[in-house]
Parts: sequence; structure tokens; C-alpha cells
Amino acid sequence: MKVSLEWLRELVDLDQSAEELAETLTRGGIEVENVENLNKGFEKVVIGEIVSLTKHPDADRLLVCAVNVGLEEVTIVTGAQNLLTGDRIPVALVGANLPNDLSIRKSKLRGVVSQGMLCSREELLLDGTIGLDRSAEGILILPTTAPIGENFGHYLGLEDSILDLELYPNRPDCLAMVNVAREVASLTRKKPHLPKWAEQNQVLSLPVVTDFRIIIEDQELCWRYAGLVVEDVHIASSPEWMQRRLKAAGVRPINNIVDITNYVMLEMGQPLHAFDRDKIEGDVHVRPAQPGEKIVTLDGVERTLQTHTLLIADDSQPLGVAGVMGGLYSEVTKDTKRLMIESAHFSSVSIRRTSRRLGLRSEASNRFEKGIDVSGIVAVLGRVCDLLTDLGAGRPVALVDEVRHLPSRRQITLSTEHTSTVLGIELQISEIRQVLEDLNFEYKEKSGLFQVEIPTYRSDLEIEEDLMEEVARLIGYDRIPTTLPQGDQTQGRRTPEQEFRRRLRKVLAQSGMDEVLTYTFTRAESDAQWGSAKHQIPLLNPLREELGVMRTSLIPGLLDVAARNVARRNMDVSIFEIGNTYWGEEQPLKKLPREELRVAAVAVGKSERHWRNQPISYDFYYLKGIMEGLALEFGLKLEFRVAENQSLLHPGRSADLYLQNQCVGFLGEIHPSLEKEWGLERAVIFELELSTLFKRIRHTVRAHSIPRFPAILRDLAVVVTVETSAEAVMAKIRKLGGDLLQQVEIFDVYTGKPIPEDHKSLAFSLRYQSIERTLTDEEVNLLNSRILEGIQQDFGAERRK
Amino acid sequence: MDLERVIYLKSEILRIREEALKELRELDSPEALQELKVRVLGKKGSLTALLRQMGSLSAEERPIMGQVVNEVRTRLEQAWEERSEELDAMALQKRLATEGIDITLPGTRVARGHYHPLTQVIEEIEDIFLGMGFQIAEGPEIESDYYNFEALNLPKEHPAREMQDSFYITDEILLRTQTSPVQIRTMEKLHPHLPVKIVAPGKVYRNDDDATHSPMFHQVEGLVVDRGIRMSDLKGILLNFSREMFGESREIRLRPSFFPFTEPSAEVDVSCMLCGGSGCRLCKGTGWIEILGSGMVHPKVLEMGGYNPQEVTGFAFGMGVERIAMLKFGIEDMRLLFDNDLRFLQQF
Repeated sequence: MKVSLEWLRELVDLDQSAEELAETLTRGGIEVENVENLNKGFEKVVIGEIVSLTKHPDADRLLVCAVNVGLEEVTIVTGAQNLLTGDRIPVALVGANLPNDLSIRKSKLRGVVSQGMLCSREELLLDGTIGLDRSAEGILILPTTAPIGENFGHYLGLEDSILDLELYPNRPDCLAMVNVAREVASLTRKKPHLPKWAEQNQVLSLPVVTDFRIIIEDQELCWRYAGLVVEDVHIASSPEWMQRRLKAAGVRPINNIVDITNYVMLEMGQPLHAFDRDKIEGDVHVRPAQPGEKIVTLDGVERTLQTHTLLIADDSQPLGVAGVMGGLYSEVTKDTKRLMIESAHFSSVSIRRTSRRLGLRSEASNRFEKGIDVSGIVAVLGRVCDLLTDLGAGRPVALVDEVRHLPSRRQITLSTEHTSTVLGIELQISEIRQVLEDLNFEYKEKSGLFQVEIPTYRSDLEIEEDLMEEVARLIGYDRIPTTLPQGDQTQGRRTPEQEFRRRLRKVLAQSGMDEVLTYTFTRAESDAQWGSAKHQIPLLNPLREELGVMRTSLIPGLLDVAARNVARRNMDVSIFEIGNTYWGEEQPLKKLPREELRVAAVAVGKSERHWRNQPISYDFYYLKGIMEGLALEFGLKLEFRVAENQSLLHPGRSADLYLQNQCVGFLGEIHPSLEKEWGLERAVIFELELSTLFKRIRHTVRAHSIPRFPAILRDLAVVVTVETSAEAVMAKIRKLGGDLLQQVEIFDVYTGKPIPEDHKSLAFSLRYQSIERTLTDEEVNLLNSRILEGIQQDFGAERRK
Repeated sequence: MDLERVIYLKSEILRIREEALKELRELDSPEALQELKVRVLGKKGSLTALLRQMGSLSAEERPIMGQVVNEVRTRLEQAWEERSEELDAMALQKRLATEGIDITLPGTRVARGHYHPLTQVIEEIEDIFLGMGFQIAEGPEIESDYYNFEALNLPKEHPAREMQDSFYITDEILLRTQTSPVQIRTMEKLHPHLPVKIVAPGKVYRNDDDATHSPMFHQVEGLVVDRGIRMSDLKGILLNFSREMFGESREIRLRPSFFPFTEPSAEVDVSCMLCGGSGCRLCKGTGWIEILGSGMVHPKVLEMGGYNPQEVTGFAFGMGVERIAMLKFGIEDMRLLFDNDLRFLQQF
């Protein structure tokens, strides 16, 4: 809602500047989004008169002008050639900031001091309609009636400021100037001066219409419909003051009749529509459109209506789309002699649907959507009558008012004590009384209990708490002290699952991976590839098609991020995300889907080059190491098995991850055939489902005592075929080593000379230790050779010399 | 004869002493030192050999000579000790002089990943409220119309629904537009238990995409329900939060606002963290920055959650994590947060 300060001043005494008023309103709960000063750029521009023109002593093309700017005379040097002594011109004085951003400073031109600048139309961003014809050649020359010394913006009628109110849906009343004035009056403790028709319970006395009826066919959609019949219509322009106010509010002036309906809408909040009475055949019907029914609206567009569109029609054809746009046929034209001016209620839901569907949103539809004051419908026509008469635009002769439903007036009980308790402020009865007086609400009070009569224009006030807010905002939210809740103390802590997620994130970040957050909606095809097409949940209204389904895998989002980074020359990427995937069980969804929390990672490239560190390749073993670290952190026995699905991952470089025989995810290099699609070379990924992981984590640690007896270390290097699984060899070693073999690690893997082709050397370090005694070299040697024999037998291994 | 012998022995002892002391001054390694010691004082050393020859001396002369030998021995041992210490000190000096490194070279790199800035902010918010005795609650991101709107006093066709452009899955199921449905879910689960004291962080979704809006973003919801909860308690808790989050000297102010699920409602501004309240570019000259919406829980919402609004009251608040992260880290464009450029992420 755009509020003209000039207009507002007529409705309430104001002693604040536009900015101060904006602050007052904002602190009072009516947010002012912007204050537009229409005079901006003209603050130090005044109307002056050329007293004398002399040639510049040192420059042929310059003139030195003595200019009378009211209280003083200034000297200005100009290059303009279109001036005559006695001309009235706009003068930008020193300190002016012109609309074209030019700042005026005192300057010297070839030795002569210039105390400002004479302005052209272009410098003032004005069009050709202002000033004399001579203005085109240089300086804007005003008529000789222009008052010397007057501010130029004021002269143009631009001294107004416009407050742009950002209204919440609970305050549609402030879509009317009278209610904004009431609000300002309440917040500043002034009495408003409103047209009498804004007061409650005003009666408009006019003869009742007899030559047609209003027929409301669906009283759910229209509670009340009033028509004012006007005769002797004289179509003309509306007066300048009205046009100025309409323009300030963003409404285009058309003619006196349309302007009056718009003006009263802005003033009183009730949308009005004027029909040419002589185009109406028979009765006026308020009815839903019939199948296939068409209407040409005011904008000349023929529209086919859907069946629940609410129409205003006569006996033979539609006259307008109720609350949204009138019909071209019944439009007021310069030949119109008689009018029917409509003031009505239409269902906000119906208007919203229609205006959305037709793509027509207007000041009127906006007000109907937010809800209007049904009680005021006829009083508003009283205001129309006054303006029609004052402007000589027509003669109101009769009224018809069809009422189907009138919301009852509300009474709310407000308790001083309860209000004090809820707000946490010790309030006096007198303070609440003062608030209700400031709001101009009627009330009765008995020992701190107020019976408050709610005016019909405040439809937002329904319960006691609503009035508490009125009390709080009028006495000021700053009066609320700061306290802390007095109830039982509580201990704040994360649930074990929340703690698990937090630790998981920490482990991964400490492993050197960067956390990313991606959109949970994604491209259907990529998600189907990595997740499950069957379980995908499509959005009805996605932002873009490529954000069309809820993800069933985190992988595509991460691959996108990796690819984007690589494309930007961030070549080395190691990233992870913890987030939900979404699993629909049926199409379309009948119940809420399962949300499955997962962690996934993508790595490509290698760790940074550094003088101390060998770069680590981001490959299978890199991610496997991170997974092993994770398993260690949470005490999980994670198993890596040969991957089953081999179409997405490199068959020789991938694994499925198992926890106690349950598959919880996968790990591997993406299949070479997919590399081009993603623009990534040798990217490795993993994805894990977290709920199973969480169920299996170790929650407490049981400590083992440290053995008192010394350990004996042995290294064992064997040569096996390249296909031989290191894990299998290790398992055999463990089995043969028995209890005394405390630890086995692989410390070297080697292929190449002198190892035969298709073979590799595996070097193990074995630690033998007993918790009961000191081991002898002999028994360890015996165990070691048994182990060697065992793996020679099972794997055809050779001891490496 | 004896006298001659005594003189000879004495002169030999002195010679050995002088030679040993000279050599001692000249040698420069611990090995040479040891070798000299063996050569002079060892079992087969020159001084020991001399001592053996004393057997031929008379009983009167023997102790005199013995004393001489012992004095020399003590003298030499002392000299050895001193020289040994000198050599150690020299060796240390030499080591120190040769072992310098370029301490300006960078240290061994230990891999370190980065939390996403939004995660950092969420954890920080959680920690602040955990410290004030709040629990962390969660709810589904795909919600029913009932929890997302209706139970929050936003019946179908309520004009306030227009404030939020929703992503729909069916007429009745949508991506939650706010974390507020967790209020209802928590109350349903906990009632009639008191007090309810939770924060609920999570993803929310609205059909919007520009420099200040992302279709997916994060909120943290807060809810306190108990007997006798006052609006001043809301202010107290949020003042604590703001000071923890933005600095000890922050102040807050409440402004009337509107949310369908709170009444009275308040927008909360915090004094500008950049200029401290004097007005700057960040706060657009006002000295205040809007950080969250809040209010007293609407009686209908308490009822929907299973609590009797005659007996209990509550307050609720909700904040945008992206906004707080942008304020905290000085991020100008929200889209950076979801672009996931590593050069951006690795700053945090």
C-alpha cells in the first residue's frame, strides 16, 4: 500500500517527518518498506528570474547572469544561448544534488565565481510538457507566473512523500487511507479527521431501486451486493488534486467516474465498479459462470470462463468478472448517461482463484482476496455520493442493497491480570484503558476486566491474545522486560543419534574431506541411475525441470559438485555430504515417504603437492582408508566384498560394504564408461546408509590391560599371483598364528623386477606376544615357519628372498 | 745408586706428566682422549709401568715416590676431566652450528577438511540452546499439509499461506516451508509432559531463487511450553542467544509482527554487529538487523499440540540459518552457500 503523506495529513494531524512516521509505524507493527521522497533531487532547486545578462569578460561563449532567487541575488555563469532578461528559470543552488546525480558546487569559470547552475529539462529529467517552447534550446524557461524563490519541486507539485507499507495478511484494513490514519492516530495519540462515512453505523438514505433487482445465486460467494444508481452523469477529467493522489498511490487517472471509484477504494478500502446502467438488461445477477461462457473484459481480451468463476451478469449476458475486471460492453464511456456503481462482498477464495487463473491482479482483487469490511459496503457509497455531487459528476438517485450474510460484531474480554502475566509486564488498569482509548475502541470495564467492542474494520482481532498484542504494541514492545523461564530446570543434550551424526561429520572432516550441501531435489535421470526410479518422488511444481524429483541417492549431487569444481580448475576434490534421501512407496504418495539418512563422498585428483608429503592419490584405497578410520572410530566391523552391481562402478575397483551380513553401501571407482558423462576421470565414491550403521556402533569402550611380557617381531614377505587377495592371505596367517600372534599388518606391496610377471610381493609384519610368559625365539621361529608353509600350500606362495 | 734411581724416576714421572698435558691440550677428539688415557694411565700405560719399577726402591723412598706418582695421577685425571668437558662443549657447539634448518619452510601437512559454513552455524546455534537446557528435535522434510499449515493455524485458503510459495508433491503432501511443523510434532509426542524446550534445525523449501532466496534453505525453530511462560521470557532467552552468537555487547529489540501461529508476534532485531548500532551499510543505517521471527504460541496451536491453553503458555521463534551465516561471515550472495566451490568452502 502506497500512502501519500499529503493525503494522510488531511486525515490525521501529523507533526512527524516522513522518516519519523515510517519509524513509528514500523515499531508499531506496520512495516514501512520504503519512503519515497517525490521531491528528491529538487531540494535545492528554486525558481529564479534573470535580472541581467552580460558577456563573460574572458570567454566569448559564456554569459554571466545575475539571478534573483527570492531573498538574494546570485551570480551564475552559463553557456546557454536561449535566455532573455526577465526569464524565469529553475536554479540549482550550491549544494543541490540534481535528479541526474549532478552535484552543484561553487566554482570559478575563467575567473568569475558561479554560485549555482541554470538547469535544462534534461538535467532535471523532465519531459517536454513543462516550460516554454524556447526551453528546447537550452535552459528550461518557465511561464512568467512561476513564483520567484519557490522550491521547484513544490512548484511542480512534487513535495509529497510516499510511504510504501509492507502489510501482513492480518492487516488488510490498512489497504484503506482512513484505517492507516486511524493506525497513525493510535500510535501517535492523535484524533483522526475521517469522512463521516468511515464512522461505524452510518446510514445512507436514498430511495430504493425499483426498476431492477439484485439476484445473488450463491450466498457463500457473495454475502452482500449494493448498487447505487446515478443519473445526469457528466463525464470529464477529475480534479488535479484527485489525480495527484491517485498517481501517488500508483493508480492511473481515467475520468471523473472511474477516478471517484478508485479514489474511494483507496480511501475506504472497498473496491467499487461503475457499470453503464443503460447497458444492463433486466436484473443484475451475481452467479457462477456457465460452461464455456465468454466475456470480453475491459482490456479488450475475450476470456473463456471456468465454471466456478463468479460473474456479474444481466438477464442476457455477463457484465463483468466479479471483483477482478469489468466487461468492455458495460464500461463507462464518454457517452454514459446513467450508472450503477457496485459495492459488494465477494468470497476471497473465489476471487483469488479467478485472479490467479486469469493472471489479472489488481488493487481491487487484492482487497477482495484479503477480505473487506462487509458492514461498510453501503456507507462507502455515501462517500461516493458526496464526491459525485462535489465534483458535479452525477446525481445519485437510488440504492439497492441485497444482504445475505452480515458477520456479527465481535466482543472480546480482555483481562488486565492475564495480559500482565502473558506479556511479563506489570500493567495498570489505566494503561489498558488508555490503549483502548487510543485505538478508539468501545469498551466496558469492571475490576480490570474489559469487554471490548471490536470495530468491523478490524477483522484480525478474534481472541484475547490479539488484543494483548494491541496493548503491547501501543505501549511499546520496549516495555517488555527480559526474564528467564521460571519452571523446572532441564538438561540440554543431543540424542545418541544426533551425537553420532556430529561425530561422523567430524571424523570425515578430520580425514581431510570438505563438507558440501546440495539441493535435495535433482534430475530424474541421474538419480534413477544411482538411486531408484521406482521410489522417486516427483514435485508437482519444480523450480526447474532438472530439480524435478526428490533424490534417492546423494551421489549425483556430489558428482555435479565435483565436476563443477574440476571445470573451474579446482582439480583436486575430496568432498562428502550427510543428508536425507527420500523413498516413496507408491505413486502418487498417500502417506509421508521414508526419509533415509545417508553419507556419501566423491574424491578425484590427489592431495596437494608439498615439499614434505608425497601426494596421496584420491583412489579406491584413499576412500577405503577413510571408511576404515570411520569403522575404527565407531567400533564397526565393516566388510568389503566384491561389488554386485558392476554397471556403475569399475568391476575391478569396487566393493560392497557389509555390516554383519547386511549390505549398507558401496565404495569404488566410477565405471570408465560413465567418465565422459560426468566429466570426471577416475573419480571414487562411496555411499552409506546410516541407520543400520548407527544401530551397530559401539557405545562404550572396554579397556584391555597392556601385556607385561615383551613382544617378538618378525617380517614375512611372500610372492603370490596378482589375483591373490591380501585379505585371504592375512586371514590364513591369523588362523595359523593363533593366540600368540597379536597383530598382522601389510607394510609393503610390490610388483616389478625381480618379481615374476603376474605376481606381487606382499610383506607382512607379525607381532607375537603372550600375556602369560616371555616367548622364546625358537617357538616364534616354529610358528613363523608353519605360517609360511601354510600360505605356500594354500596360495602357492614363495618366500621372497 | 738409589738416589740416582730416585732422581731418574722422578724425572720420568715429570716428563710423562708434561708430555701427557701437552698432548692433552692438542688432541681434539674423545677417541684421542681415551687413547691417551689408556696409554698413560691404563694397565699397560707409561705411568703404571713406572709405578711398577718402584718395587726396587727402599722402604723409606717408596712412600715419597708413591705420593709423587699419585699427585701426578690426580693431576692428570683432573686435566683429562677438564679436557673431556671442553671437548664435549666443543662438540655441542659444532653440532648446534651445523644443524640449523630453515624454519620458514612450511610444516608437514596434516589433512584437514572443512565443515560447510551452514553446518557450523547450525551446530553453534544448537550448542547455545543446549547450554540453556533445550533439546534438539527433528521432523520430516516432506510434510503433510496438516502439520505444515493447518495445525499451525493456517487453514486452507488462509491468505497468509501466500506468504510462502510451496513445492507440492500432492494436494496434501509438500516440502515443508518452515521448521514450525516440528512444534506440533514435538507437542503431540511430549504432551502432557512439561516443560517443552526444544530447538529444531533443518532444511526447508520455498519456490524462490535469487541472490537473497534459495529454493532450499535452513531454519532453526524454537519452542518453549510450560506453566507461566511470559513474553519477557522469550525476550530473555533471545537476548542470551544473540549475545552468545553475535557478541556480548549486543542488544535486541522486538517489533510487532504477524505469524499465524503466534500471538502476540514479534520480529526480533539485534544491534548491528558491524557498527554496534551507530548505523552502517550492513544495517542500512538503522543500527538494527532483523534476525528472527517469534511470538507467544497461539492458543489454537497449543490445543493442536494437545496442551490446554488455559493452563500453559509458550513462546516460539524461528530463524534463517543462511541469513545468520551471511551476517556472521560477511557473505553477500546466498547462492554461494549452495554452489559448493571449494575455494569458497575451504575458507571456513
